[in-house]
Amino acid sequence: MSEIMNLKAKLGLDVFKPYAEPHITIKAGMEKHHLLKRAVLVCPAGLYSENAGGEVELSIDGCLECGTCLVACGSEVLEWHYPQGGSGVQFRFG
Amino acid sequence: MEKFDVIVIGAGLAGLAAAYTLAEAGAEVLVLEKGDYPGAKNVTGGRIYLNPVRDLFPALWEKAPVERPIVHEQVALMARDRSLTVSYTGDELKGPEANSYSILRAKFDRWLAQQAEKKGAMIINKTRVDELIIEDGKVIGVRAGGDELGADVVIAADGVLALTSQLAGLRGPLDPKHFAVGFKEIIELDRGIIEDRFGLEGDEGAARLFMGEVTRGKFGGGFLYTNKASLSLGIVVGVHDLTDRAPAVQAPALLDEFKLRPEIVKLISGGQTVEYSAHLIPEGGLKTMGRLYGDGILAAGDAAGLAMNIGVTVRGMEYALASGYYAAQAVLKARESGDFSAEGLKVYQQLLNDSFVMKDFQSFRDAPQVLDYPPLFEHLPELAGSIMKDLYAVPAGPKERIYPSLRRYLTVKEIWDLIKLGRRMMKI
Repeated sequence: MSEIMNLKAKLGLDVFKPYAEPHITIKAGMEKHHLLKRAVLVCPAGLYSENAGGEVELSIDGCLECGTCLVACGSEVLEWHYPQGGSGVQFRFG
Repeated sequence: MEKFDVIVIGAGLAGLAAAYTLAEAGAEVLVLEKGDYPGAKNVTGGRIYLNPVRDLFPALWEKAPVERPIVHEQVALMARDRSLTVSYTGDELKGPEANSYSILRAKFDRWLAQQAEKKGAMIINKTRVDELIIEDGKVIGVRAGGDELGADVVIAADGVLALTSQLAGLRGPLDPKHFAVGFKEIIELDRGIIEDRFGLEGDEGAARLFMGEVTRGKFGGGFLYTNKASLSLGIVVGVHDLTDRAPAVQAPALLDEFKLRPEIVKLISGGQTVEYSAHLIPEGGLKTMGRLYGDGILAAGDAAGLAMNIGVTVRGMEYALASGYYAAQAVLKARESGDFSAEGLKVYQQLLNDSFVMKDFQSFRDAPQVLDYPPLFEHLPELAGSIMKDLYAVPAGPKERIYPSLRRYLTVKEIWDLIKLGRRMMKI
């Protein structure tokens, strides 16, 4: 649990501008798809988690827009776009 | 529809290098960037090798806002309870034209964008390209923020996911086997402390790579670069290894564990983390590159798959700069004939083939397969650590002769495996 808190704190250091709408969504009916479980392991921001019912959930706040979830899971299970211009993470160091 | 000579998608190094070169030659070039400013979405681990691109942009480097020239190199084999470090320094790393520099992209890309603007390039921020406009199979422009913008050529410099290249049919879906994910913290630390701690003279910098336990034996490693007044500390790990190679571990935990290693704790002590970022890296090399040109379109930088990991040197930014430059040259050649079809733009491939870019990718085409070898990341660091332990040990009782204690580790099978590893390495 401390690791997760740690990560939230780290993400809190970044500059994020609000999205008009989530730019990544789990495709309907794919929540339990085995490919989606990969996202839980690869997301550097820890935004994916598996609930007790075996469904993968995505919380988009804190997305670093690296695209690793898209490459790991594929467009079969994820609807993936970059956020609209002028929204999302804005790195100050990079 | 408003029309430009060239539209560049993405104000990263490839896109800005293309815009700079095109604008300098008098072409009307528009760069569309989705971030608030060039660099806002761009991430590096941290270092750039400038030697291959110095001559392509001779006027740029004197004032380029890089961080520190890297004059101290270290690579550490990390076993669970110990590590073995090789340290290298030499005059050839130093001098006014150093081998490599630490770099922060938000600062650097913003500066490079200003240089392109001074040459006459137009850069529009906060604008995401949503679609390509394709007519009779030829790319003739883009849709962005509700506008239709036309161009003779679109340069897809939109980064590693190659979304534009996929829309144009230049490449298919991406395979996780060919990508690694990097994530890092920027840790602010007083300049004087950095220089003392890393044994640096003035502006000199250090780079440290770590392999083995830091990725739990998965393909990849840890890195640390000294910036002027901060450290870049992070992990790179193969995406496929994260999803399919035991033990299952969530990527962010690797960085947390890395920071707890005694070797790292003392280096970052007193520092303040100020940013956390991540980036996907195309590491598949030549065999996984898609097509780099089509009718009315060229791909450059990460979008073209132009990054390379050959162990102690991990490169991408200079390939981005060079491919942007050659994309611009190809467009300028195509303008002479007025032919912006794939036929007219194929000179891009030739220019890249004749340059260090494709020569490197040819030379190191087997590197991804050679390095995708678990013992390198699991077994070897442990073996090296164990040998050191016995070599240096002075126990309470009598010390064992060195040869028998080495032989305990270097069995016939072990030596045979090392020979096989050596033979693998001969392909790089």
